[in-house]
Amino acid sequence: MSTPTKPVKTTGRPLRALAILAALIVGLLATALIQGATSVRLGLDLRGGTSVTLQPRASNDSNKITSEAIDQAVSIIRQRVNSLGVAESEVTAQGSGTNRQIVISVPGDSGRRVVDLVGQTAELRFRQVLAESSALGGSNASAATPAAGVSPEINAKFAALDCTNPASLQGTGADAPTDVIVACSRTGSSKYILGPAEVLGRQVSKATAGIDQQGASAWYVLLTFNGEGTKAFGNITARVTSLASPQNQVAIVLDGLVVSAPVIREAIPSGNAQITGSFTQVEAQDLANVLKYGALPLAFDRGEVQQVSPTLGADQLHAGLLAGALGLGLVLIFSLLYYRALGLVTVGSLAIAGSILYLLFLVLGKNIGFTLTLAGIAGAIVSIGITADSFIVFFERIRDEAREGRSLRSAVESGWARARRTIIVADMVSILAAVLLYFFAVGGVRGFAFTLGLTTLIDLLVVFIFTKPIVTVIAQMNFFASGHSLSGFSAKSIGKSHPVTALEA
Amino acid sequence: MAKLSGLGGRLYSGETSFNIVEKRKRWYSISALFILASIAALVVQGLHLGIEFKGGASYTLNKPAVTVEQARAAVANIGIEGEVIVQKIGTTKVRIQTGAVSPAQSQAIETALTSTFGVSAESIDTQLVGPSWGKEITKKALYGLIAFLLAVMLFLAMAFEPKMAIAAIIAVVHDVFITVGIYALVGFDVTPATVIGFLTILGYSLYDTVVVFDKVRENTKSVAANSKMTYSQAANLAVNQTLVRSANTSIIALLPVGSILFVGAGLLGAGTLKDLSLALFIGLAVGTYSSVFIAPPFLAQLREKEPAMQALAKRVSARGGAPVATEMKAARPSTGSGPRNQPKRKGRK
Repeated sequence: MSTPTKPVKTTGRPLRALAILAALIVGLLATALIQGATSVRLGLDLRGGTSVTLQPRASNDSNKITSEAIDQAVSIIRQRVNSLGVAESEVTAQGSGTNRQIVISVPGDSGRRVVDLVGQTAELRFRQVLAESSALGGSNASAATPAAGVSPEINAKFAALDCTNPASLQGTGADAPTDVIVACSRTGSSKYILGPAEVLGRQVSKATAGIDQQGASAWYVLLTFNGEGTKAFGNITARVTSLASPQNQVAIVLDGLVVSAPVIREAIPSGNAQITGSFTQVEAQDLANVLKYGALPLAFDRGEVQQVSPTLGADQLHAGLLAGALGLGLVLIFSLLYYRALGLVTVGSLAIAGSILYLLFLVLGKNIGFTLTLAGIAGAIVSIGITADSFIVFFERIRDEAREGRSLRSAVESGWARARRTIIVADMVSILAAVLLYFFAVGGVRGFAFTLGLTTLIDLLVVFIFTKPIVTVIAQMNFFASGHSLSGFSAKSIGKSHPVTALEA
Repeated sequence: MAKLSGLGGRLYSGETSFNIVEKRKRWYSISALFILASIAALVVQGLHLGIEFKGGASYTLNKPAVTVEQARAAVANIGIEGEVIVQKIGTTKVRIQTGAVSPAQSQAIETALTSTFGVSAESIDTQLVGPSWGKEITKKALYGLIAFLLAVMLFLAMAFEPKMAIAAIIAVVHDVFITVGIYALVGFDVTPATVIGFLTILGYSLYDTVVVFDKVRENTKSVAANSKMTYSQAANLAVNQTLVRSANTSIIALLPVGSILFVGAGLLGAGTLKDLSLALFIGLAVGTYSSVFIAPPFLAQLREKEPAMQALAKRVSARGGAPVATEMKAARPSTGSGPRNQPKRKGRK
């Protein structure tokens, strides 16, 4: 019989492994504390909020869906959302390459406004007004004098357009830049026939709202064009300024709706224009924002809009935590009943895995913006099973080796050598699943995949640097080595004719 | 519990042995029956897809007093095309689901709900899904599935052997098929959470199969040289030896999933947790079955077709073709340390 300090095989340096584990946990804890990450960042489904997923729309004009265009759109939408001043809102692109979606998440109750704002995702265009009329459709069809170059079909369409019908105010991305179109104003108070687009939103370099110091609360919007835009805007203003009303107006069209249709007082060749009117401060700022950020390089469809009230969020969080606690409790009870004292190792391992996971949630939340969603909680709960299974594979292997007549200490080492490979291969399959799910899926599935992958990695880590070393240590304790009836290694519980002894085989 | 442990010992030694691999026709028939039923259910009833896949809108009101009829009446005049499904969720909530609606219609529905029932727009849980979005996520889920199956096949072929990869994938396809069939048959809603569940089943089922196959590989490594048992017999011993682990794993995996299902269905009534855990619960049960009753027999069948294995089967039957346990005991008479019925492990690894 060897002395207790001498390991049976060289694989056992249990204390060093446990020290590494302790250092790891302390390191994570310190990182979390130093960075001030004291709570897990919860997803919108757990605390309430609104999320919108935008899908790039393949358009027939020159705007191809490119990776750069999506990046640019993300930064423009981010500016737009930030301009609302909602804390912790997020704009991210998910997926890879050109096959990406833009996900906008806004916590709390303010989501409504964001949905409305980012709904205006299409391109901004400047078009000459050819005809204008009040909104009522049908009855006053003759009110507008048909403009030169407007076909009878367009006039008929114009007459039929009813801007009091909410359906007309949805906006469409279908306003081809080269066509003459009919459009409603955003408020639904007027309708227009508009010429082809002459200046595009991306040719606007700057737009700000300002207040005229002389006139009381006279808000205006200052507009600056880039080189191309200056030329194009100079041309259109020079041409229309001498025309009769309403053809001396240039409409600012966003997503098929007229945002504003200012009268052009003079030709503006300088590239700097001022839009005045009876704006309120909010109106002026909104218009400036639309002009500034309206120039998305792509058109988008709203793929999904989800609004979760804070009540439902809290309910889902409680349900998730309750399910987790219940599941964990049942697994622990089962382990203790089946593996007796050895089950305590399972309890300890799951506790260690749980603490590492929690600390990683904190640190990752702070550093890579990881948010825990309901699907993520489900992934973590499901992984309790996978983690516990690693112990079962290991323990059953030890028992198998003991059945072959090995001493407990030697059974632990040879059982580990075999169980190790099984655990690695099986966990690799889980990780493979998680990685592929993460890259192919969208939305909730990604959150699930991320947690599943993370917990599987933690499982590997814990099995290697906690469970195995601990089992090596306890195998040297007389309670286990002698096959005590509560140790989980008794002759009765492993189905062996004679008790395990500490004797070397 | 102790009984199960004792059984583990007897299964390990081969004292007690279930002829799982040999009776493969029985398991194949059972599975064939289930798969036929699944196909029938899919063809006749089809899957009940949630709005996430077909596009549509869902509004959940959290107001106990509201009845289904009241909610239906409130949105009746908006002119929504197609079917409007109104249902009570739990005791406090009413959910209204419609087909694809325009933003203006959606606005109208919300206005109707807020004015009729005196709740704020923010307290209504809303979900709007564009019609093309569902196609997109379905496509992505399918791509993910195919990529996953290919990657796993490659990985298992390298880590184990190509025929094990084939048998494992057959078992996985079998699991997903039957689970989807049950969904079609019962008419459960299929949502993205359900898809997460299906995909996890793939992982679990493979994980289970991998553990069984690992033992099969160990037992069959030197089977041809020893001429003591056929490939099928060695594989069967491996299945029996891992049976207790398979049972334990399934229990331990089903415990947390069962609690999600209990909490999700009991407390929340509907949503991610319930959809996910239901798919998992059904899939895990099917997955455990296939990792024991489908994958190993199929693998044995594939391997037995090899000339070397057929030659082995002939040699073994020439030696009398005795049952595994007896054979093993005869081969190793009283070594003093209990029955040793597996080829000794090679020195390394």
